[in-house]
Amino acid sequence: MAVLFVQVIMLATQVRRPDNPKNSSSGGTRLIRVWAVTVFTPVERAFIGTGHFFRNTWHNYVDLHDVRKENARLQQELQRLRMEQVKWKEDAEQAHRLQALLGFKERFISQTVAAQVIGTSGSEQSRMIYIDKGSRDGLRPDMAVITPDGIVGKVKDVYSSSSQVLLINDRDSGAGVKLTKSRLQGILHGTPQGETLVNDIMNDEKIEAGEELVTSGGDRIYPKGLPVGAVTNVAMDRDNPPFLAITVKPAANLSRLEEVLVVTKIAEESPVEAQNSGLTRAADILAQRLPTVHKTEEKPGGGPSAQTGNASATPSTPKKPTDGTAVQNKQTKKAIASGGSTATATNGVSTAAPSQTPTSKTKKTGPKSARPDATKTAKPETPPPSTTENPPE
Amino acid sequence: MSVAVSYTSREEIDVHRFSLGVSVGVPLLALFIQVFLPVRLSLLTVFDLPLLVTIFFAVSRRRPVPGLITGALIGTVEDALSGRPIGLNGIAKTMIGYLASSVGVRLDVDNPGSRFLMTFGFFLIHRFIYLVIDLGLVGASEPWNWGHVLVGGLSNGLLAVPLFAVLDRFKQRN
Repeated sequence: MAVLFVQVIMLATQVRRPDNPKNSSSGGTRLIRVWAVTVFTPVERAFIGTGHFFRNTWHNYVDLHDVRKENARLQQELQRLRMEQVKWKEDAEQAHRLQALLGFKERFISQTVAAQVIGTSGSEQSRMIYIDKGSRDGLRPDMAVITPDGIVGKVKDVYSSSSQVLLINDRDSGAGVKLTKSRLQGILHGTPQGETLVNDIMNDEKIEAGEELVTSGGDRIYPKGLPVGAVTNVAMDRDNPPFLAITVKPAANLSRLEEVLVVTKIAEESPVEAQNSGLTRAADILAQRLPTVHKTEEKPGGGPSAQTGNASATPSTPKKPTDGTAVQNKQTKKAIASGGSTATATNGVSTAAPSQTPTSKTKKTGPKSARPDATKTAKPETPPPSTTENPPE
Repeated sequence: MSVAVSYTSREEIDVHRFSLGVSVGVPLLALFIQVFLPVRLSLLTVFDLPLLVTIFFAVSRRRPVPGLITGALIGTVEDALSGRPIGLNGIAKTMIGYLASSVGVRLDVDNPGSRFLMTFGFFLIHRFIYLVIDLGLVGASEPWNWGHVLVGGLSNGLLAVPLFAVLDRFKQRN
């Protein structure tokens, strides 16, 4: 009876303040959690590391027979994406001009930390994972966790070298989302069964299965525009009749997570005025539209977009904001593959670059923004840079 | 002359004990597997290895106090790793440890069939206790899903038979 009594008291101390969920694991129970995590995560990390070592060895030395074919396919895809980038250029610049006129500010992912999943909650009652990065790596509670496919969850508890991530299908989770076609906004919840639901949209709205959802940015955790998932079912909410129960299939495979990105820094900046877009030379546009044509050597002072030197030796810099999530996803995949801290910019309109616009304003001091400088034009000879090429901030 | 009533078919009840390494190592290993394996195979969350270990130690020792303490410790560590309020599994497994040790005194728990039925029953009881605590003390609203609970009970009952047979090797006769 004494053992039960002690546990009931302990439980009561944890649930007495539901208005402040951040303190749910504070006090005495925090110590128990730290001890448990400290005992288990090093072993899990060792097992995961050993598994990755053998798997990487296999991939690096044995399983190389498809590399040429894969390389050719990627080259073709790269060419296609570059053409697509040009196609979206004008629209993006026009949108930026309008946003700048309105004094519009957007939030961009400025820095991420790649992390490996080393454990789960081990329980069906809670949907959480452990990652191998903690406070030493700059992680803090309420940071967004994403994959190239979509959002995963947010950091809940942070320990020195590991962290606990609350998945979006946990019943305690919530994320602001927006339907891409109807532009309706709602809150994505998890259920005890591990499903994800949006149930605060009125039933007179027309929503079809298959419609995609992105983050709305309203929760101040997930940056706006990240893929969330797709609607799989729309039905009346039996518990809340005027509203719909919209079942969503997450874009990220939450049951098989291996590597994730933690968004450690978000930049808030004004869209760059594409004031020089009208001054782009016809030769540059031609070179962009025909990527295989090598750019001729330019004379210094040939205009605001002119650049000197050997084009192939010049570090590549992204100049054109893109609006395709495919590019964003590929960059994020590369960032994950690099396994380290990387600077990237998503939100569907931006790519990573070492430059920083004068109008940018980051939430934290020090690091540069990943916002590309749109006043320069792209060198079509060089492929769009990968975010992995940027040094960790 | 009074006759002690017992459901066991044996003339004397075997009370076993375990070495310190087994007593600590096996629960830790079960907890480790429970949080590690679902990273690759999420379906494995249907198994509750900490519960199976709690039941095994409780019925083997056949003493309620060590049984409930074992359940309390295993459940508390499980709660600490799960991220949910500490005490949910702690209380549920404390009660299971007590009940299992009491059952171990009265029933033949070395038979594979009885082990399957016992584990199946304790799984249902454990889930029920957990649900009651979750609803009553934490305020969460988790619906009782009969299909899911029955599948879990069957799965854990089937796993308990070979698992308990392996763990029998670590028993030391008292």
